[in-house]
Amino acid sequence: MALNRVWVFAEVLDGQPITAALELLTKARSLGDTVEAVCLSPEAGSAAAALGAHGATTVYAGTDAAYADLLLGGPGADALAALAGQHSPDLILFPTTYSSRDIAGRLAAKLDVPVISNGLDVGVDGGITVGSSIFGASQMVGTRFEDARPAIALIRPKSFAAEPSGGGAPTIVPIELPIADQHRAARVVERVVDKATGPKLEEAPVVISGGRGLGDPKNFALLEELASLVGGAVGASRAVVDAGWVPYAMQVGQTGKTVKPTVYIAVGISGAMQHTVGMKGAKNIVAINKDAEAPIFKLADLGIVGDGLKVVGQVIEELKARQG
Amino acid sequence: MNVVVCVKQVPDPNSVGRLDPTTHNLKRDGVEVVLDPGDEFGIEAGLQLAEAHGGQVTVVSMGPEKGLDAIRKALAMGAAKGVLVTDPALAGADALTTAKVLAAAIRREGFDLVIAATESTDGYTGVVPQAVAEYLGVPAVTFAKAIESDGSTLKVRRQTEAGYDRVEADLPAVVSVTAGVNEPRYPSLKGIMAAKSKPVDRLTVADLGLGAVSARQTIVSVVPAEERAAGEIVEDDGTGAHRVVEFLASRKVI
Repeated sequence: MALNRVWVFAEVLDGQPITAALELLTKARSLGDTVEAVCLSPEAGSAAAALGAHGATTVYAGTDAAYADLLLGGPGADALAALAGQHSPDLILFPTTYSSRDIAGRLAAKLDVPVISNGLDVGVDGGITVGSSIFGASQMVGTRFEDARPAIALIRPKSFAAEPSGGGAPTIVPIELPIADQHRAARVVERVVDKATGPKLEEAPVVISGGRGLGDPKNFALLEELASLVGGAVGASRAVVDAGWVPYAMQVGQTGKTVKPTVYIAVGISGAMQHTVGMKGAKNIVAINKDAEAPIFKLADLGIVGDGLKVVGQVIEELKARQG
Repeated sequence: MNVVVCVKQVPDPNSVGRLDPTTHNLKRDGVEVVLDPGDEFGIEAGLQLAEAHGGQVTVVSMGPEKGLDAIRKALAMGAAKGVLVTDPALAGADALTTAKVLAAAIRREGFDLVIAATESTDGYTGVVPQAVAEYLGVPAVTFAKAIESDGSTLKVRRQTEAGYDRVEADLPAVVSVTAGVNEPRYPSLKGIMAAKSKPVDRLTVADLGLGAVSARQTIVSVVPAEERAAGEIVEDDGTGAHRVVEFLASRKVI
């Protein structure tokens, strides 16, 4: 039994929909007869082709220039609430990103419908059920929406693979609703892009993460050096983010990012459940930790019981020698 | 500046959580509970703003009677007043219900600024601050990694996927703070003593003038997640690094 109409909220970055939106469109095709996207960005027009190619037959596009300068939560919830009133979607899927969380939370309150977060899967089985993991991904929970519609679900990036549908250009329906003045009370005065030198954490083929076992914030430099040698990115456990060693943007785990690299290397990380939920989907896991009892070793394909700094230092030397 | 900080008592993040097999609610008995470590950053941010601009910090929490301990810790850190909404009807409340209840309790106190953690450590739905803002009709400046204020406007560095946004917002507003936004103070002995005589209101759903509240989502299945196959664990005898390099080569990432 398929749903009548499923929507995907698609954020736009540099003129293209974010990958997580294309992942959700791919999944939405198996859930609903009609799959449509909602896009609030001056660049919605240029993003529409990719949305169509992944299954959206219609793109509701808000192209007000102000969408680029405002926090999307308030105006996004207004626009989606108005559209939902007109078109009655059964399900609205959001990727778990900062702005989508803002919109989904406000939209749920505005429409008085529940929102389920941190989904890893979504299915239709007489109702709409979202699968998520709890307790550090040790258990999977299915949560079903009761009758209120639309159901609103936030799904973590990389839960599905993005695959083109072979669909053509979508119909673009402009969103005419003006942005309410009250949403101008919060203004983005500058967007600062971190000067990342390597690949992004979520996209890197190798992720090297550090935890308390590194002993000192400055030892993250060693992980950076290893990352630059293997074209990888550096992540961190919550413990060291909370301690102020590295920024929140580097946090991998339940309250941070989900990564699924080809190889994940955990250095000096005990493997608290908070962390493992964000990395246990990696294809291969290497753990280096002094404590042979550390839970991280239960997940590791290769575990080295030893001093993380020493081992990483030696790995760097050997890689340099190999690369001549 | 009067600041309301939302706090939550959660199972110790270092303990193993369990669900009640029949109700599927979080099992709280026999589990060590603590003030959510993520909330300490919000309390600290609130205290700093109140100290700089006058006013006081009120902490608001929803949960079982045991939640009082979390409020007491916040009071010991320097908050002036606590509000605990506790009601059997709220057992198993979902994110939307939680936001509705918190917003009603916050409105009753009055506020210039509401601060919450970006998400709780146990439920981590991560949408409660935004929904609270919607109910209160104010902007939500979320994922703050730095907060400043001149008393009437806020300047926030807001985490983004690409870096951060510099955001300015008029008060009143809701701000959600990330871990590491500041360095939370430890309660002093004097603070702990003083906390015992600070006022704490206990409210029910009826006190807040809310009608029936119930979650409109049901847990329908709980199954163990797939385990990863056991790997090779070796003591570093000096060849550990070489093994790592060989592993990387075998997976074709170098």
